Amino acid sequence: MTDSSENIRVDVIAALKKILPRPVAISGATHIVQDLGLDSLAIMNFMLEIEDRFDISIPLDRAADIATVDDLVLAIEALVKQEKA
Amino acid sequence: MSILAKFSQLQQTYDQLGALQPNPFAVTFEQILSSTEGVIDGRRTILLGTNNYLGLTMDADCIAQSVQALQQQGTGTTGSRVANGSYASHRALEQDLAKFFQRQHCMVFSTGYQANLGMLSTLVGRGDHLILDADSHASIYDGARLGHAEVIRFRHSDPDDLYKRLRRLKDTPGSKLIVVEGIYSMLGDLAPLREIAQVKREMGAYLMVDEAHSMGVLGEHGRGLAEAAGVEADVDFIVGTFSKSLGSVGGFCVADIEGFNVLRVACRPYMFTASLPPSIIASTRQALRHLEADATLRARLTNNANHLYEGLRELGLQVGPHASPIVSVALEDQALAVRFWNALLHNGLYLNLALPPATPSNKPLLRASVSAAHSRRQIDRAIQLFGEVAVQLGVLGTGSGAPIAMVA
Ligand SMILES: Cc1ncc(COP(=O)(O)O)c(C=O)c1O
Repeated sequence: MTDSSENIRVDVIAALKKILPRPVAISGATHIVQDLGLDSLAIMNFMLEIEDRFDISIPLDRAADIATVDDLVLAIEALVKQEKA
Repeated sequence: MSILAKFSQLQQTYDQLGALQPNPFAVTFEQILSSTEGVIDGRRTILLGTNNYLGLTMDADCIAQSVQALQQQGTGTTGSRVANGSYASHRALEQDLAKFFQRQHCMVFSTGYQANLGMLSTLVGRGDHLILDADSHASIYDGARLGHAEVIRFRHSDPDDLYKRLRRLKDTPGSKLIVVEGIYSMLGDLAPLREIAQVKREMGAYLMVDEAHSMGVLGEHGRGLAEAAGVEADVDFIVGTFSKSLGSVGGFCVADIEGFNVLRVACRPYMFTASLPPSIIASTRQALRHLEADATLRARLTNNANHLYEGLRELGLQVGPHASPIVSVALEDQALAVRFWNALLHNGLYLNLALPPATPSNKPLLRASVSAAHSRRQIDRAIQLFGEVAVQLGVLGTGSGAPIAMVA
């Protein structure tokens, strides 16, 4: 993981903590759906928030491949790079 | 482990819903008495959840046309338009629809679902971009999945969010297609189409509007939200269905784009399925003639819709953001919604129960769809029943009558 991915991960975890009803320990390996018990509406709104935060759009086919926090971090990093290129 | 094991949780949810009988997702109408009345469990029941906006399912002229076509041309076409040939009436219906929408081209599909599946999977391909409203109908999401374009979502009915997403795509090659609905089927809210059309013009994209619930409902001539908002010139593709205001089954897309007809040999959900039977085409053509000729249908529908919306709002129930033929009441939790729905049904009122995640907010909805054919007495009865059941179940007394919050 690079420096920028570490920063992204901090942001992603903070955003997740904000929408969880109770404080939960979250790491890069945490499964966003299975471990956190978020429903599909909460997940969709979370993804829209993340997209705004990083000024990217995550295509649905890529979103489908995201399971863990780190999967999301990698996807964001790739899209941010693409955006800047 | 059974191949169906992955559905165990869904099965559990479904079984729980059935405990009160009947299961809201397995209702059977034993008899249809009119376009607004049927028999369920031996009880005469007002039908307030059928999307039968103009009440044309039992129209005598539509039935007569259908019967004649059935007798003269048989029960089915037994094949696809492309492989097995079109009937003259398929082409005639396409011409009728093109003329009605003042467009050059029309393609008819076997369902509205397939119209979306076909158009969305074919118009955009690899390297293109589909930009969908986040609250889009399942047929739009499925069409997006069937094709090869990159699919992104914008916040429901939020033109600024749409703008942001198109801006991010600005230097990306490939065609961009925005998809919105005229009236959204869960809360009955209208897309802010004028603002969306402006974003489309500014950013250079194509725009498709699904007028499934707005054709025959909105616009001076019933052409839908694009007409009502005065932006038909900005809408490149209109898709719709025959299964709501036209009272039959089938779907269509109309457009002015040059070269449209090549889609007939490129669009798999058009090519690889049987075409509509002539009896369906005949009633649909007649229903379209009624829709065009009789503006009082639309006026009656609007009156009924306003009456139901205002009635439920005045009771203090949580209704959608504005009156439309879809009137939804949000309740706090699923168990309450199921009990409410059952109580209405046992008192002779049928409407739809919609549960998350199919609903736009996290709340379950009791969803009514109003018809031009409902009498004032039927609507009044519905309002009265809503009021009685709401008091019985303790829903009223605390409610503020505030509109249902839309998804942020
Ligand atoms: C917005 C929307 N589009 C498309 C469809 C599909 O139409 P049909 O039921 O005719 O296949 C529906 C209705 O279910 C709808 O609500």
